[in-house]
Formats: sequence, structure tokens, C-alpha cells
Amino acid sequence: MDGVEKAAQPVHPPSMTHHDHDNDHHDHGHGHHHDHDREHSELSEVALRVRALETILTQKGLVDAAALDAIVETYETKIGPRNGARVVARAWADPAYLARLRDNATAAIAELGYGGRQGEHMQIVENTPDTHNMVVCTLCSCYPWPVLGLPPVWYKSAPYRSRAVIDPRGVLKDFGVTLPETMRIRVWDSTAEMRYLVLPMRPAGTEGWSEEQLAHLVTRDSMIGTGLPLTPGASA
Amino acid sequence: MTAMQDILPDLPCDAEGPIFAEPWQAQAFAMTVALHKAGLFTWPEWADALSHAIKHAQAEGDPDHGDTYYHHWLRALESLIIAKCVADEALLHALRDAWDRAADATPHGQPIVLENDPQRAFV
Repeated sequence: MDGVEKAAQPVHPPSMTHHDHDNDHHDHGHGHHHDHDREHSELSEVALRVRALETILTQKGLVDAAALDAIVETYETKIGPRNGARVVARAWADPAYLARLRDNATAAIAELGYGGRQGEHMQIVENTPDTHNMVVCTLCSCYPWPVLGLPPVWYKSAPYRSRAVIDPRGVLKDFGVTLPETMRIRVWDSTAEMRYLVLPMRPAGTEGWSEEQLAHLVTRDSMIGTGLPLTPGASA
Repeated sequence: MTAMQDILPDLPCDAEGPIFAEPWQAQAFAMTVALHKAGLFTWPEWADALSHAIKHAQAEGDPDHGDTYYHHWLRALESLIIAKCVADEALLHALRDAWDRAADATPHGQPIVLENDPQRAFV
């Protein structure tokens, strides 16, 4: 796994690189190499730096372990793209809700109980038969957490961040999406202040479907604009 | 389509698997969220620090394919902690070394606590 190899060589601040972890165990004098020494524990370079931060922040009363655990649990179990899918499904099923979503997306999303961090200033961008929307953050990884959770790896990668703007059609092709040449593609660059949620077009053949049924068709990528919703046949 | 979604439909994870690949990533993430909530920095300040850390890593040769994202995140967090005078680099460094000694002194399988650092003096 390429990623694991890279993770083993973290990008440390230059001042922290002098400390070569591999040398730590050479002074014990038991005549065996550290690789075979399983008697004591070891933390990775990044784990050590994280513990250093946590220690100082806890001592200063800025964080506490229980609060950190609660944050992690929330993001691991309660916040994710299923939330956004419910917003989209409601917009498809309820014209009055769609009007509120267009008017004030932050408030309309909050109606469903989703809000807070990184969702303070939401705007929906609606796909139409003429226009397809795609969202990127060219500078870092701004992303609407309350409705989509934390961003996928590719969203945070340099190739996506740069290519989405330069060659959106090519990026879509990589995602397996081919749009008619006549369709306009608009790319929205997220910022720390403004987050976008793509409202895909409701798939044909879903007349009379419940919101819950519709929500199953809404994929994460369709709300970023790198995908389209599933079609009734594909999901049933 | 996504097996995980089929098996655990209530979990918000996606086809790419768990949200955090390793515990330290979750901790670094949670500390940032907690510090923002505590008012230590604004979110635009955070985004600026993160963007700066990403550019710095790219300049150092990181291909930045998304898998080193939390390394950038950690570096941004360290830089803000230092910029906001919560700690200086020397203190972060000393604590990092203390944790390293503590891990070294902890028998395998037991929880690593800072008290295990044989040179524990400054905490």
C-alpha cells in the first residue's frame, strides 16, 4: 500500500527531524537489534507530536480527553453523507422545502437537525439540464461537514484541487461521468466562509417515491458534483 | 455498490472506509475542533494555517495525494499553537521527547502514560 509507505515518512518540521526513532533503542546493550525488540512500546513520530500537543493543551485547560473522545465519536458515527442525502431527498420531494433551501440553505438544513461546524454558511448549487455543478477547495479542504462528513482522500489531494478547476470535464471522466458536450460545468471553490452542496437532478422514474426511498439514490459524490445520483434500477 | 454502506447503513462512512486511518489523526482533528470552539483561533485562521502547511509540504517534495493530509493538519495545528503563544517549539519538542522515553519505558501491551518517562521532571 503506497499510502502506508508514505505515512511512514511524515513531513516533520525540519527542527524535529533530527530525532531518528530508529536509533532510540540502540543503547540498551542486550546485543539484539531494535527490530527484534518487542519488550517495550513505541509510538510513531506523528503520534509523539500529537501526544505532546495534547499534554500541553490539557495542562492549560484548553482541551480535555472526554471532550476529544466525544468529538471523534460524533464524526465517526453521526455526521456523514447520509445527512446530505436526506436534505437532497427532502428538496426533491417537497417544493416548499426546496424554496427554503434556495433562500437560506443554512437554515433549511438546520430544520433537519444538521448544522454547526463547517456548515455555518451553506449554499446549494442546483444541477439543471443545462448546468452541472462541481465543488472543490483549491486552497485546502473546506467541505460542508454537517451534511457530508469529513472529505474523502481524493478531495484533499493536490491533483483534484488543481484539476477540478482547469479540467473539470476530464476529472468527471475519471469519476466515470460523461456529460453532454453542450452541458455547462460550473466549479465552485469553497472557502472557510462559504460551503456548497450540489443538489443533483431527481432521477427519472421516481415519481411517488418516499423521501427515504429517494435518499438511497443520493450518493456522496453526487453532492460534490463528481458523480450523479443512482437510478431506480441501480438501487432497487 | 458500497459494501460497508450495505452492512452498516447507519454509519456515515463511505466506500473509502473509516474516517480516520489511525488514532493520532482523530486526536489531531478533535483537538483542532475543540480549540476552535474554545476560541483560540477562527476558522479562516485555521484554513490559512492548513493551506500554508500544504504548500510547505509540497515545496518539500510531498506529492500531496491526500494520504499525507493529516500530516499537514498536524503541522498546521503546531504552527497555530506556537503562533498563539500556547507553547513554544522548545516545549513541544521536550514533550515529544518525554513521550518517546515514556513509550520506551512502557512494557509492550500496557498503556503508555507520560508518568513512565524516567526523566520526568518538567511536567
